[in-house]
Amino acid sequence: MEHVGPILAAAPVTLGVTAACLAVGALLGMVLLSGRRSRSWVVRTLSRMVIDVLRGIPPIVFLFIVFFGIGSGAIRLAPFEAALIGLGLISAAHLAEIYRGSLLAVNRGQFEASQALGLGRTTTYVRVIGPQAMRVAIPGMVTWAISLLKDSALVSTIGVAEIMSVANQDARASGSSLTPFIVAALIYIALGTPLAFLSRCLERRLGVTGGR
Amino acid sequence: MPSSILNDWSGWLPRLLDGLLVSLQVTGLSLVLGFSLGMVFALLSSSRFRVVRRPSVLLVEVGRGMPALVMLQLVYFGLPSAGITLDTFPATVLALTLTTAAYTSEIIRAGLRAVPAGQLEAAGALGLSKADVTRFIVTPQGLRIALPTLMGFAILIFQISALAFSLGLPELLSQAYSIGAATFRYFDILLLAGLLYLAITIPASWLVGRLEKRLAMHL
Repeated sequence: MEHVGPILAAAPVTLGVTAACLAVGALLGMVLLSGRRSRSWVVRTLSRMVIDVLRGIPPIVFLFIVFFGIGSGAIRLAPFEAALIGLGLISAAHLAEIYRGSLLAVNRGQFEASQALGLGRTTTYVRVIGPQAMRVAIPGMVTWAISLLKDSALVSTIGVAEIMSVANQDARASGSSLTPFIVAALIYIALGTPLAFLSRCLERRLGVTGGR
Repeated sequence: MPSSILNDWSGWLPRLLDGLLVSLQVTGLSLVLGFSLGMVFALLSSSRFRVVRRPSVLLVEVGRGMPALVMLQLVYFGLPSAGITLDTFPATVLALTLTTAAYTSEIIRAGLRAVPAGQLEAAGALGLSKADVTRFIVTPQGLRIALPTLMGFAILIFQISALAFSLGLPELLSQAYSIGAATFRYFDILLLAGLLYLAITIPASWLVGRLEKRLAMHL
């Protein structure tokens, strides 16, 4: 029982890392998306390459490249900053693909109608297509948030004091190393389950009526 | 300057390729064992009997709910206090097998449920027993529906195998990290390791995409 307190106290750090990376990813994902839909093929190809690389590289390897590779040279990065850049960029790539999928789900007629009304490209996306696409994208975004919550355990390897790293210290300090990891696992499950439930509810509410 | 990096890279490459081999072995073994176990859990989780279904669903949810890193550390550092001590290689394979089983059982279950109801009705009309329907009608078709997602998951497990670094398994990332620690050239060596991972994952996901398109034509 004495293991629960300190590990639970680290839960806000895990949630903070997750939320911050999700926010970074949600914004940069839009940038990557507009790159992928750009009219210039150079920009399109480049964005596609960036997305493929970020999605193809194991998150921990990318995190190490950012923290040990870049962050220990001319630029000094704190563990939290490196985590934010590393997992934030990976989130951006995944979210860009989720956004792209949701744009494809919006009826073509909506684009044509906007054009017929003489709306500009920006207005079309912001006022007409965006809101409809968001409905489709939200369940996927929540699913990504759950993955990200679990992936945030990786940042323990670069020294962010979240759940996993506290569990690790606890395991090393106390004789029994089984309990801290079980406690950590249960906390992750307790944090992730409401999100999974939310995702299922949203999918039922938005999926059936939205899009098509 | 670029030529000196290439020189270093070619010097480091043999060790990294040894590591890549270990990564691939761990991934392959975990996938074979994990898919089989996942199939078992998929069938148990869709059982008619609540006593069978409930515990199976609970186990799957626990397996999917915890990060793979926690699973790895639990198996390698945790189990010894329960009297089970495993070497890094079997510990990694066990942890990744359990993670794979939990995730793939849900993928397979979704595939099984996507088999058209008409198939079940037709099989019933032909007088097939429940067991035969599962074995000859639902499983082959359901697995085919699940195949692209399963292959996508295989790529994910290959990425996850890098976490075995934290147990000291001499896979690709561990090799890169220890070269980095010896030379202080973290960026160069980690970049090369990243490229090696990409050399596997990018063609693999391209293949999965093609497979998905081909199978979708017949559904």
